[in-house]
Amino acid sequence: MKILVTAKRVTDPNAKLVINDDGNWIDDDVEYILNPFCENAIEAALQLAEAGDDVETVAIGIGDDEVQRFIRQGALARGVDRGIWVEAEEAELDSDGIARILKAVVEKEEPDLVLLGKQAVDGDSNQVAQLLAEMLGWPQATFASDVTIEGNEAIVTREVDGGLETLAIGMPCVVSADLRLNDPRYASLAGIMKAKKKEMDEYEPDDLDIDDLDPKVRVVAMHEPAGRSAGVAVADVDELIAKLATEARVI
Amino acid sequence: MSKILVVAEHGNGTVRKATLTTLQMARDLAAKKGSSIDIAVLGHGVGGVAEALKGYGAETIHVADHADLAYPLAPTWAKVIADIAQAADADVVAMSASTTGKDILPRVAARLEAGMASDVVAVVDTDDGPGFRRPMWAGALLADVVIDSDVWVVTARGSAFDAAAATGGSSDIEAFAADPAAAASRTRFVKFDATASDRPSLDEADVVVAGGRGLKSAEGFSQVMEPLADAFGAAIGASRAAVDDGYAPNDYQIGQTGKVVAPQLYVAVAISGAIQHLAGMKNSKVIVAINTRDDEPIHKIADYSLKADAFTAVPELVEKLAARG
Ligand SMILES: Cc1cc2nc3c(=O)[nH]c(=O)nc-3n(C[C@H](O)[C@H](O)[C@H](O)COP(=O)(O)OP(=O)(O)OC[C@H]3O[C@@H](n4cnc5c(N)ncnc54)[C@H](O)[C@@H]3O)c2cc1C
Repeated sequence: MKILVTAKRVTDPNAKLVINDDGNWIDDDVEYILNPFCENAIEAALQLAEAGDDVETVAIGIGDDEVQRFIRQGALARGVDRGIWVEAEEAELDSDGIARILKAVVEKEEPDLVLLGKQAVDGDSNQVAQLLAEMLGWPQATFASDVTIEGNEAIVTREVDGGLETLAIGMPCVVSADLRLNDPRYASLAGIMKAKKKEMDEYEPDDLDIDDLDPKVRVVAMHEPAGRSAGVAVADVDELIAKLATEARVI
Repeated sequence: MSKILVVAEHGNGTVRKATLTTLQMARDLAAKKGSSIDIAVLGHGVGGVAEALKGYGAETIHVADHADLAYPLAPTWAKVIADIAQAADADVVAMSASTTGKDILPRVAARLEAGMASDVVAVVDTDDGPGFRRPMWAGALLADVVIDSDVWVVTARGSAFDAAAATGGSSDIEAFAADPAAAASRTRFVKFDATASDRPSLDEADVVVAGGRGLKSAEGFSQVMEPLADAFGAAIGASRAAVDDGYAPNDYQIGQTGKVVAPQLYVAVAISGAIQHLAGMKNSKVIVAINTRDDEPIHKIADYSLKADAFTAVPELVEKLAARG
């Protein structure tokens, strides 16, 4: 079995974001981390590899050369077998473009399972796994909190409105990871050393015969949300009730 | 002419509020784009749902009634939604940003080669025509986006739009000959473990009370939060930490990666207010924080902060609310 898993970098959620001069993205001079949901996807790939016989794991990252660091440190150092880096200007791609690149890589690699994070915590779009699945004509299970392989099916528990849903989907298939899927491991020192020597294939979109990567969705303006100012401290429960009744008028 | 196709969400034969908030987004867009609105109802035995939506100003309600559509599996629903959109010549497809909408609509976008805007909170005018405002980075920034493809796909955040009111009139109801089998989904529904609750749902409640890690255990969570929810007739939510630690079921989670709510009153009990949590509740009308500390991020946005131990303050609040009658 072969598993392809994504390693996307995102801005550190604690970083102070500044809107760029064009007003259509952020200044990219900030700290980056591996997308937390990709960490769950990578951990799931490793656990499935440990549970199965002869499972190959491959991590893919898309972006400028900095992305290689996240493939190596975030995926290969944790135990993923090899990496694929597709060099592209990430800020110029929308979810559709990312999915097209992934589709081309899937057609080359022919994995049985593609594991992705359910969303990237920068754009928060939550689209790529589903777009990829449809482009491939494959089944999907999004927002996974549990994945096991039984024969030729992935049995996936999904976190959805109203409870937990379980689907059985035939491989090859696409699964997107939610945060409760697992606790991502740390890379060991030995893992970090080994990662330096692991194979990393490099492509540009042209090498993958992708002709059209023009974004369909364009950001034309960015805004800071209207701030909300701190209210008042109340001394005790009586004062809280009084404020809710006479000032806020919600009870 | 432009036509917006709104995909209805329903359960147990009734229309979900998410359908009406999406319809409101569609009306806002229609006003700018000069569009008409159609509705798609998918499912099995859903004639009543279509009837219930007749008075909302849609031109046509397309009903895809088929045993294979009884449960919203993404490949089959996406195929049928895309088929309806093409047959009706719709240039916009919209559904709510519920977990169902998030699961299905990107597949519709892929089928229609459409660009998609997720989780939009407003329809806006841009220099390039009508666009959508959507939060990014857990709501730290708002982006205005335009879609350049011929067909647009949109999911609407429920808490950001009012439920569309009935307008009278009567839509045409047309049966759509759905062919879900052709999607060859290789997807088997195994089971659904519903979270049992008699309370209002989080996205429909006027009051939401939410508990965090400071409640220390599942028993602590229910001891403190259940009576509080009873007192307000509220829905119960939770922080991710409380869900991760098993104090509350997964679909209670509020935040960037859980539900987004904007009730009249939000009471945060023993929640610190991490940015990912605030992303799901900061547009609530009135926010109360009950916390042993008074210097947490939640205090920067709370209207009323009570520095107190939840295990004593909340029972006192419940008792005194009851005494007011
Ligand atoms: C990718 C990603 C996505 C995330 N998505 C979400 C999300 O959707 N929603 C979400 O909520 N979080 C999310 N998080 C987690 C988030 O960063 C925080 O870890 C989480 O919100 C903290 O939960 P908490 O406030 O309950 O716990 P803590 O931060 O531990 O706060 C506990 C609070 O309880 C108070 N307290 C302790 N004892 C008492 C007492 N007896 N009485 C009163 N107060 C008391 C403490 O003073 C403290 O303020 C996400 C994180 C990541 C990385």
